[in-house]
Amino acid sequence: MAINLKINGKRVSSSSDPETPLLWFVRDELNLVGTKFGCGIAQCGACTIHVDGVAVRSCQTTLEDAEGLDVKTIEGLAGKDRLHALQQAWIDLDVAQCGYCQAGQIMSAAALLADNPSPSDQDIDDAMAGNLCRCGTYPRIRAAIKQAAGMGG
Amino acid sequence: MIDTNISRRAFLGTSGALVVAVSFTACKPKGAGPVTETQVTSTPMNAHVEIGSDGFVTLFAQHPEIGQGVKTSLPMIVAEELDVPWEKVRVRQSEIDPKYGFQFAGGSLSVPMLWQPLREAGATARAMLVSAAAEKLGVEQSQCKTENGFVISGSKRLPYSELAEAAALLPVPDKAELKFKDSQDFKILGRRITGVDNEALVTGRPLFGIDQQFEGLHYGAYTKCPSVGGIVKSANLDEIKAMPGITDAFALDAKGEVDALKPGVAIVGTSTFAVLKAKNALKIDWDLSNASTFNWEEFLERSKSAALKDGGTSLFSDGDVKTAFNSADKTVEHVYAYPFLAHAPLEPQNCTAKVDGDKVEIWAPTQMPTQAVQMVAENFGFKPENIVLNQTRCGGGFGRRLFNDFVAEAVAISQKAGVPVKVQWTREDDMANDYYRPGAVHGCAAALDASGKITGWKVNFHTLSKDGETPGRSPNAYMDNEFPRHLVDHYSVNETVTKMAIPTGWWRAPISNGFAFVYGSFLHEIAHETGQDYVELVLSLYGDDQIIPGPQGSEINTARAKGVIREVAKRSNWGKKLPKGRAQGLAYYYSHSGYIGEVVELEVSADKAVKVHKVDVVADVGPIVNMSGAENQCAGSVIDGLSTMMNLQVNIQNGQIIEGNFDTYPLMRMPSTPEIDVHFIQSNNPPTGLGEPALPPLAPAVCNAIFSATGERVRELPLSKSGFRFA
Repeated sequence: MAINLKINGKRVSSSSDPETPLLWFVRDELNLVGTKFGCGIAQCGACTIHVDGVAVRSCQTTLEDAEGLDVKTIEGLAGKDRLHALQQAWIDLDVAQCGYCQAGQIMSAAALLADNPSPSDQDIDDAMAGNLCRCGTYPRIRAAIKQAAGMGG
Repeated sequence: MIDTNISRRAFLGTSGALVVAVSFTACKPKGAGPVTETQVTSTPMNAHVEIGSDGFVTLFAQHPEIGQGVKTSLPMIVAEELDVPWEKVRVRQSEIDPKYGFQFAGGSLSVPMLWQPLREAGATARAMLVSAAAEKLGVEQSQCKTENGFVISGSKRLPYSELAEAAALLPVPDKAELKFKDSQDFKILGRRITGVDNEALVTGRPLFGIDQQFEGLHYGAYTKCPSVGGIVKSANLDEIKAMPGITDAFALDAKGEVDALKPGVAIVGTSTFAVLKAKNALKIDWDLSNASTFNWEEFLERSKSAALKDGGTSLFSDGDVKTAFNSADKTVEHVYAYPFLAHAPLEPQNCTAKVDGDKVEIWAPTQMPTQAVQMVAENFGFKPENIVLNQTRCGGGFGRRLFNDFVAEAVAISQKAGVPVKVQWTREDDMANDYYRPGAVHGCAAALDASGKITGWKVNFHTLSKDGETPGRSPNAYMDNEFPRHLVDHYSVNETVTKMAIPTGWWRAPISNGFAFVYGSFLHEIAHETGQDYVELVLSLYGDDQIIPGPQGSEINTARAKGVIREVAKRSNWGKKLPKGRAQGLAYYYSHSGYIGEVVELEVSADKAVKVHKVDVVADVGPIVNMSGAENQCAGSVIDGLSTMMNLQVNIQNGQIIEGNFDTYPLMRMPSTPEIDVHFIQSNNPPTGLGEPALPPLAPAVCNAIFSATGERVRELPLSKSGFRFA
């Protein structure tokens, strides 16, 4: 039984183990490696993607869970000819150190701004508390979200 | 160190072929537009510089990028002396090759070790371009200057791209003849330059070890004994091999030293999920007869109760400590302890290896790529020239990836399975198979005379090592000039070493990351108990301006130490009036050749919730290479320090690591992040690294502030052990 879903706007059909977490499905089968593995138990947020516009942990969301749904990974975040405002702010403010967590951070921030284009500091802290950064780039992540929000999300 | 003459010859070989045509991904304008392939010719000038026919130069970053920013900062040094605009620079990670010397990322050493060689690489290429231009124009070299990638003579402007082919044929100038820029003429160094991989990072392009994917790649998992030193007796291999997506399963014996292959069971399959699922179904019968039985709590309690008693082996004994204590007007004694720590880089260990007969290609997120090649050659029967190691970006290092055990696993598994394999560790594998920051206990005693001067200093240091003789691999060894040696006349350290088999290693700012907590806290206690002003006591301890001798590059200039202490006090408005429950704490420490002072302002609630409001950092590490990266390193070190001291510890019971994942090893999250202000005292001293030295002062600064806010003195980390938590 093939499972059908949409990834970054494209229809995808898979006959893989329905229990496969989307994390490993997009990485191993679709070569979309921007979504990262950090903990496997929804503690770190490095694997954050959007399913029907909601930020979820792809290590805990299976192929089966996503049947018929619309999945967006970091590779699908930019527009046709320009980056998402968050991606641009992340570059301009030089947020990353090792950079491993940053795709997940950006996906969480993008879901926040889609719901709440002018988040308060508290809103940002609440939305981002599920994403760990081992290098400690939190001050720049905060600043980049504010900069992107100022640019209209 | 790199000799550019040798490097260039290595590059040019004997064929005289100068120009290589390369197909590369053109540097596209910002945005997510399509990538185009372009043909350009590229002329190698030396191991670090290639000049393209399209006006861009390619600079090679030789050391691993682990988040410390060297893939950007090292090429900045070359670009400055080459005199090209940063916008015309492309950076590529270099190959692993003897022409780059020993390639590694550790000890905050990349900038101090490579500053001069990279300036030479840039200046050498520039001198050759000037020679070529002078010849072409029929003028003297002295009539030529360079600017933004052009050689200029009178009204003539020749781009480097038109000179490179001729320049590369000219003799390499002697180092002694090279001319370097004055720092006031720097156009790139000291600026805020954003990371060269930023766009790839935010769009999810493959950069890291874990991102390697290619046709025919298999996936692997490797399970080691939960008790360090256990070996495989038997396992349900037939059951595992029958699982869907599994192509192979086998046991492997240990090979080499502790940093090479550990014994375990390998599973190979067609997807990561298939092998992880099989790993969960794996049942292994372990032979524990030689496994570790170490218990951390037992060591801790035993050492704490012995720490103020005589014992141990003398490491240092300056002056006459006994008399200093006997004739003291007052003495202060306390015991401090800190735990084992895991590195927990966010990218779990992984490595991809493709063994093909007597050749192997490896993709490794390692801090020690040159050592990885040597280790593979020594243990797996490959000639060094048959090993190609591609260094990938590392998802954090912190010292973990100084050991290449994961490289050994990938090579061993690919060799045995006969297919290319990406070996992927789980977070639990990573926590249980680290080279931990060893915990320790320090019993400290100070003798003071009637004027309040510290006249005697005595430490009993209780530590751990593999052989029981010396702290193995030195993650917990005293430096010759560890604080406050040479500042106090009568000084002694005795060491008691307990033998255990748990592997230990270097964790960000090794040694200093624990010692700073102990000595920064103890000094504050001395000041309090003898009624002295703490900052005045610290400044008076450093005394007159002097150089404290130490290992090369680690001599301490007390004027610079006092400079950062005064500056951080000033910038933080030290001593300002604060409401009850809110206080400042100051600490200073010298490590990795950096002078760092930090002031923490925090608030503690009645139920011990700690809100850190502000951290001021003042650092003196000579001139700053990349201001953006430098500030980020300091802020990150503060957050790492805070995260670690509050909640992190690795417990070891009966040779097993208790913590398994981030639920039990809870790194700090965004809501606990304080405001952080970073300031640099810049000078013409040789530049030194910033990956580590801003971490050590944070813990004593916080503990001193907690004491001032609450009257409670914390002498053991993490703070959670004393009931504290983040607000």
